[in-house]
Amino acid sequence: MSLTLEQVKRIAHLARIEISDDEALTTQGHLNGIFQLIEEMQAVDTRGVEPMAHAQDVSQRLRDDAVTEGDRRAAYLAVAPDTEAGLYLVPKVIE
Amino acid sequence: MINKSLKQLAQALAAKQISSVELSTLFLDRIERLNPTLNAFVTVDREKSLKMALAADARIAAGTAGPLTGIPIAQKDIFCAEGWTTTCGSKMLANFVSPYDATVIRKMHNEAGLVSLGKTNMDEFAMGSSNETSFFGPVRNPWDTSRVPGGSSGGSAAAVAARLAPAATGTDTGGSIRQPAALCNLTGLKPTYGVVSRYGMIAFASSLDQGGPMAASAEDCALLLNTMVGFDERDSTSLDRPVEDYTRDLEKPLNGLRIGLPKEFFGEGCDAEVMAAVRAAIAEYEKLGATTVEVSLPNSHLSVPAYYVIAPAEASSNLSRFDGARYGYRAPEYDNLEQMYEKSRAQGFGSEVKRRIMIGAYVLSHGYYDAYYLQAQRIRRLIADDFVEAFKSCDVIMGPTSPSTAFKLGEKAADPVQMYLSDIYTIAVNLAGLPGMSIPCGFVGGLPVGLQLIGNYFAEGQLLNVAHRYQQATDWHQRRASGAE
Repeated sequence: MSLTLEQVKRIAHLARIEISDDEALTTQGHLNGIFQLIEEMQAVDTRGVEPMAHAQDVSQRLRDDAVTEGDRRAAYLAVAPDTEAGLYLVPKVIE
Repeated sequence: MINKSLKQLAQALAAKQISSVELSTLFLDRIERLNPTLNAFVTVDREKSLKMALAADARIAAGTAGPLTGIPIAQKDIFCAEGWTTTCGSKMLANFVSPYDATVIRKMHNEAGLVSLGKTNMDEFAMGSSNETSFFGPVRNPWDTSRVPGGSSGGSAAAVAARLAPAATGTDTGGSIRQPAALCNLTGLKPTYGVVSRYGMIAFASSLDQGGPMAASAEDCALLLNTMVGFDERDSTSLDRPVEDYTRDLEKPLNGLRIGLPKEFFGEGCDAEVMAAVRAAIAEYEKLGATTVEVSLPNSHLSVPAYYVIAPAEASSNLSRFDGARYGYRAPEYDNLEQMYEKSRAQGFGSEVKRRIMIGAYVLSHGYYDAYYLQAQRIRRLIADDFVEAFKSCDVIMGPTSPSTAFKLGEKAADPVQMYLSDIYTIAVNLAGLPGMSIPCGFVGGLPVGLQLIGNYFAEGQLLNVAHRYQQATDWHQRRASGAE
């Protein structure tokens, strides 16, 4: 398998990473090298093998539906790039 | 004082031969003198450290100290610590002052009373095997400052090897504790997945990430591990199991220990002199009463390919939180929300991190999920099953930690695939979720070699015992680097 330049740009967009034409070209070379390494997997017959998502096969715990965290709103807003009136500020999304 | 073990430091503190403030000052002064050469620390805050040391001295005076209260350590900069800049080696978080403590930080400092000497340099978001992907520049190996310390916990490794700290924490997703421990002549332990809480440990690949200790000896690691483990409801994969004392079995004799030697770890691909040091270590174990048996991990050659699907897939999901809106870097100029995301991420992440996010985005995308992600998860099962089979005929598995000694800065930086192959012996352990260690076992051309020990699930106590007995019979772990002095 080999990624085209267009595919590289599409993946960058999917990942929300701006990429220049020059960067896309270098990235194409690197990604294709990595996918060549990954390709070794494809020859393995894994029919009937249960996919392993986690090292320990434990199910997710349930807990009581109760508030356990205190109000840290000010502390968390303090590390944001831009806030106003207690809200995160981003460019306008609704005209 | 700087070369003392944690046990000796604890005794000196208890006997009032030295105060925690004096001890911490000693190490802070060394950091000030030697860090410009090594770049092992990215954040040092003398005032904060000494405040913690004062509090520790008060606990010692009041008789409420724990076994390690007052001992200074270094924290990998992947652990969020309230009021401390927590960067994860990235421009994305260069100005992020954490508003909360990771569970590991809370347990080690607030509960056990250890003093933090600061935050150590690391590969950006723990993605790397040489510490060269850090936004804050590479770390240098104290054994030879023209060489890498390994990664991603390279700052922690260099700090302990140069005695800028008596011990440190690391995290290990594919070898990031064990490989730098091997390259810097340290003892490092990656616990069974789920034993150390991941809460507040900035996520790379959540099903693989695990924190652990890095120190001069197995005994030091056991003492540190005692302060790090425990069930945590804030980590959904934390395991609820009885608390152990990891120093309990340190002295047990090794008579009858069955060492499994995977034939796949003793074939081609490893430097011949590194292999000779590993074989000599195994011969030493036979003198200590152990026997060896050949085992096989037939799918181990698939661990690097499977890892480079699973880890990037999880990373692309985890790192989607860095959007320039709630915390971290935001690009100075953009016209709309999408541009804000794309420019903030393009400018805030380094190239290795972007590569892995893009691999992840691709293998999870429509039409490729089954061929890559699901196939990798099935291979992960095969790799884990190989270990289950191998442990039927042995108690512990041994082999090299890294296929070579520390390489030169820049040597592998241009070729991601060559860099990925540095972790060829460590990655399978993370995929299976097993505990693994690296211990010093010799030198090649003045550079340290690590012996990897792999245990069955929850066999940390046994691994530490196996490592400790070897360290009583050898002195490799006591050799000190002088390259930075």
